[in-house]
Amino acid sequence: MDLSLKPEHKAFADEVRAFARENLSPATREKTFSGKHYDRDDHMVWQKALGKKGWLAYTWPKKYGGPGWDVTQRFLFENVLAEEGAPRILPFGPKMVGPVIYTFGTEAQKERFLPGIRSSEVSWCQGYSEPGAGSDLANLRTRAVREGDHYIVNGQKTWTSFAHWGDWIFCLVRTNTDGKPQEGISFLLIDMKTPGVTVRPIIMTDGAHHVNDVFLDNVKVPVENLIGKENEGWTCAKFLLANERLGIAEVPSSKRGVSVLRKIARMEPQDGRTLADDPAFTAQIADIDLQVQALEMSELRVLSTMAQGGAPGPEVSSLKVRGSEIQQRIAELTMEAVGEYAQPYQPGMLFHDTNETPIGPDHAPPAAPRYFNMRKTSIYGGSTEIQKNIVSKMVLGL
Amino acid sequence: MDLSLSDEQKQLQESAERFAREKYTFDNRRKIAATERGWLPENWAQFAELGWLGMAFSEEDGGYGGGPIETMIVMEQFGKGLVLEPFLPTVVLGGGMIARAGSAAQKEALLAPMIEGKKQFAFAWLERQSRYNLADVSLKATKEGNGWSLSGHKGVVYNAASADNIIVLARTAGSAREPKGLTLFVVDAKAKGLSRRDYPTQDSLRASELTFDKVSVVADAVLGKVDDAFPTVEEAVDRAIVALCAEATGCMDAINAATLDYIKTRKQFGVAIGKFQVLQHRMVDCFTNAQEARSMTLMASLKIDDKDPTVRAKAASGAKVQIGKSGKFCGQSAVQMHGGMGVTDELSVSHYFKRLTMIDLMFGNQQHHLTRYSNLAMAA
Repeated sequence: MDLSLKPEHKAFADEVRAFARENLSPATREKTFSGKHYDRDDHMVWQKALGKKGWLAYTWPKKYGGPGWDVTQRFLFENVLAEEGAPRILPFGPKMVGPVIYTFGTEAQKERFLPGIRSSEVSWCQGYSEPGAGSDLANLRTRAVREGDHYIVNGQKTWTSFAHWGDWIFCLVRTNTDGKPQEGISFLLIDMKTPGVTVRPIIMTDGAHHVNDVFLDNVKVPVENLIGKENEGWTCAKFLLANERLGIAEVPSSKRGVSVLRKIARMEPQDGRTLADDPAFTAQIADIDLQVQALEMSELRVLSTMAQGGAPGPEVSSLKVRGSEIQQRIAELTMEAVGEYAQPYQPGMLFHDTNETPIGPDHAPPAAPRYFNMRKTSIYGGSTEIQKNIVSKMVLGL
Repeated sequence: MDLSLSDEQKQLQESAERFAREKYTFDNRRKIAATERGWLPENWAQFAELGWLGMAFSEEDGGYGGGPIETMIVMEQFGKGLVLEPFLPTVVLGGGMIARAGSAAQKEALLAPMIEGKKQFAFAWLERQSRYNLADVSLKATKEGNGWSLSGHKGVVYNAASADNIIVLARTAGSAREPKGLTLFVVDAKAKGLSRRDYPTQDSLRASELTFDKVSVVADAVLGKVDDAFPTVEEAVDRAIVALCAEATGCMDAINAATLDYIKTRKQFGVAIGKFQVLQHRMVDCFTNAQEARSMTLMASLKIDDKDPTVRAKAASGAKVQIGKSGKFCGQSAVQMHGGMGVTDELSVSHYFKRLTMIDLMFGNQQHHLTRYSNLAMAA
């Protein structure tokens, strides 16, 4: 066992860093460190650069056009990019649907869809949740009825992140209503330009628009867009969720969050000194710092198992729970660090490039909105309550 | 001992409850928040008519002889409705300081019209470096003939854009962060040399950054004694804190009620989610937290008139710690139990959560007041 880096891994980290410094726009980087929202270009320009380099689908094996990296390389890649202020890679294509396609798809489907995902030329969104089926995913009602060589799809998806940017959506649809709710679900790829697909924004508590309702009204989908077998989509769904819950712990961005928080504490005045001189406050930062380290090490242990060919098991649910708590706590402490100046609301400073000057310090405007917004981390991707049920049932046998 | 409300107090509670219920439906609140002023003059006129603007003041000051319990009753209902009218800056802070430190002439010129609903105030104490330290004031007031000249900056001044007068905490002597050497001035909001940058706050209230560039005021503008404003300010802020605590208890009641209703009706896995023990226990903790918040607020409201400033300060800080803790628990739990809906703008839940969060940050958060309470308790 060894935690220290071999020379070739150090060289790899340097290569990633050099790439980020050359390709990441300074404006995007600035948004990361100041906590502003990215616009579409921030994501797309960066992802296309990664795609060109062959690094966007960095978790994929070589066989499917990925770089075939080992677990240490993946870890270094994520961490270096977070340190450099890169936006997180939108996971829907490269981390979610891509692996489903190369694991369960036909050769024709692989040829058709994987290149666009690797290059970020085609962007994806996830059609899992429905108004009646959030955490209770198996309760989904969107119907796909086969008519000849097409499915006719009717229903509503919700909380669809970046549906307004998406070219394609991967959906769980009900193809059979008999039997257990998990049976009779299929995994379907739908072109967002198909007639009958409507996207409606949902505005979040910080005023941001990331998520949407997606209405599917008699949408005609060719049968060749079905992944895996009809009525056996639950297998794809579970495979995807296990992958999702691993990355969702967001360790690299939490590490960056802790270091930004320390920087803010050194700048925030208190009683003629700074907040960094307040042991009650800095102890709270230290506490969260150590939690991040524990989470990171737990995640490395899972990755190490995966490197040996294992799949992420239900224990990743506990990583997701802890990861979301940590993200929330960092956001909370950052807002508390700003104190009274967290009160002004300046949407212009969150969403647009603007010449408006901040009220209070530069780091103040995003602090409270981010705290409000981060409450979602314990809800999306399977709520904390659901994750704990999974651990208690699948890991502890309760 | 008797902790029940008098008949008059019950009537007050009922009329405040009715106001919040009828005038502050969630849709109405959204509309009021979107107006330029951020509150409704007709509501303010109604406050005056109902006697709410003068209820906590003595009869010799033109009020109706009530006190902190009346303020608590009204603020609690304001919390339930997320009411936006500037009661706290005008009546509790401005009116409170004028009643305690003002001369007879100032009371006549300022307090009487305030009670009639004709004058509003803002209290400018905070500066960029102050954080929660009320004595960390560097805005300077220097003698100028018979009067004074004020120069410097004040931040996050609630209701400054609507106020007729700004009550400004300035340094007239002493060094940075010294409680001695502070003086309160009543400044005309339209005074020459006073400029404003207005903005909404996270919870849809209105505040401003103020710049004072040699703003001249007459000698009579001093509220209370020169160089000795700190005890007045500390007391006024403690009173404001207790009023905020009452508002927070109203917020908690409303957000808990909404959550309880939601988990009884929202179905997953074929049953109402309220059937799951993990949510039941969390809901019970919300209830307990709101009870504790109510208890500490009531205790603080009963002790805030104590002649011993330590008793008063401990009560205010103690309640603020509890409100911070309970508000965070109820707010975060409500959002969590509402699932995705809880983090959207379209449900009231996120708005109560925001208000509870901002209340925790105002005049010192949980950590700040725990330290203050601890220091006071250790010194005793």
